[in-house]
Amino acid sequence: MPKVLRKYWRLSQRSRTFATIQYLLFMGILVWTVVHGANQMGYQWQWYNIPDLFVKEFRGEYYVGRLTKGLWVTLQLTFWCVGLTLLVGLITALLRMSNSISGKALATGYLEVVRNTPLLVQLYLFYFVFSPILGIDRFWTGVVCLTFYEGSFVAEIIRSGIQSVDRGQWEAGDAVGLKKGDIYRYIVIPQAIPIMLPPLTGQIINLVKHSAIVSVIAVADLTTEGRNVIADTFMSFEVWFTVAGIYLAITLSLSIFVHWLERRAAFSR
Amino acid sequence: MQKPIIKLRGVCKLFGQFQALYDVSFDVKLGERVVVCGPSGSGKSTMIRCINRLEEHDSGEITVDGIELTEDMENILSVRREVGMVFQQFNLFPHLTVLENLVLAPMRARKLSRTEAEKTAMEYLERVRIPDQASKYPAQLSGGQQQRVAIARSLCMKPKIMLFDEPTSALDPEMIKEVLDVMIELARDGMTMIVVTHEMGFAKTVADTMVFMDHGRIVEVAPPSTFFTSPKSDRTQLFLSQILSH
Repeated sequence: MPKVLRKYWRLSQRSRTFATIQYLLFMGILVWTVVHGANQMGYQWQWYNIPDLFVKEFRGEYYVGRLTKGLWVTLQLTFWCVGLTLLVGLITALLRMSNSISGKALATGYLEVVRNTPLLVQLYLFYFVFSPILGIDRFWTGVVCLTFYEGSFVAEIIRSGIQSVDRGQWEAGDAVGLKKGDIYRYIVIPQAIPIMLPPLTGQIINLVKHSAIVSVIAVADLTTEGRNVIADTFMSFEVWFTVAGIYLAITLSLSIFVHWLERRAAFSR
Repeated sequence: MQKPIIKLRGVCKLFGQFQALYDVSFDVKLGERVVVCGPSGSGKSTMIRCINRLEEHDSGEITVDGIELTEDMENILSVRREVGMVFQQFNLFPHLTVLENLVLAPMRARKLSRTEAEKTAMEYLERVRIPDQASKYPAQLSGGQQQRVAIARSLCMKPKIMLFDEPTSALDPEMIKEVLDVMIELARDGMTMIVVTHEMGFAKTVADTMVFMDHGRIVEVAPPSTFFTSPKSDRTQLFLSQILSH
């Protein structure tokens, strides 16, 4: 249960009623502003058309709607990016911590370049320069670009996680004659993962949100499909609310899942 | 004359500007029990940490069981497999059970099968008198028990030499004895040991040789009988009078 809710239940009966009224009043004003503003503009609400964008029934047969198709592309994008990002992040982190001068220089150079240029510019660079050279399609251009962007943050999360493991653990591993690779694998990484999990989740949630940017290179993700639907139907209010809601659902379920994972890890000890 | 199993010749070690070891030369014979004492910052820990290359010496020569310690990683690994080490802070692996702590290195570095490794592990847990704690995690044990697990973990690699770096300094007084008892037993079985400690009672019981260090130098080497009764150097006398006075 979120902290706010726990605090809410600890309030006295009177203050709880007061807080509820305060909250509902604020939300009411917010909703009223939107609805009233839309009416003033003469906006025609068509919420009844939204379900068709997920699944459409036509003469007894069901068809996948456009938002569902977009969502599927976003999920695929996220799936590949998460896997590759962890890989790139791990390799970069290990290179940065290695004794090799060239490895360190390579990793540091990559981190500095990627983290100090705008993501949008990187995407254009990948789309207009690298992908024609490498001959990859727009979906994979998006995957590669996002991977390198998020990978730079993940690398730092992994590095700080590994370095937060007590130095004595390394020494104990060394003292019993384990090789460096074994010390990482059996001693350091298992202890670093619980430390890295919360910031990594934050980064994956960022990844889901940042993935919307691939709509500028016309990858048919959730955002692109939303925009296309609006171009056809002019339902901009309903569609953007829905699209935002879907992103929210993905990110919230991710963080709930990781919360559960953390608690389970904590309890098994 | 028996050949020394550990040989230090003119070993120097710098930490930045601070000279931790200054021209240390010293031999340990097979089966010899050496107790190293001295004030803090005198280089005792640094010296024994150089023997299994947890610290890299800057000059001089260290030979362990005929293998010289150099940059060569294979040499370092083979020395480390012959030399067990027990730390002040135990350094058990907190995410593994006691048994897993004990079998990890034999399985990965000695390539033993799990059954073999577990059999050896249980034997050593018997010897340190805590076989019933095998499936617990380190955090569930007392300090004394943890340190005994750490000793068993080192023994599982069947080392020829054991290094102890202030093994009882982080323990509550009532737990010191159980750890020292295990170490005394180990000494009686003929293990070659170098022990950095302030436990002078222990030193009198087991040591063949006492070493006194100060400011990165070995000041005095003597058998305990002469070391405690008639130390040659004034510095040693002063140190002993301070720690034995109460």
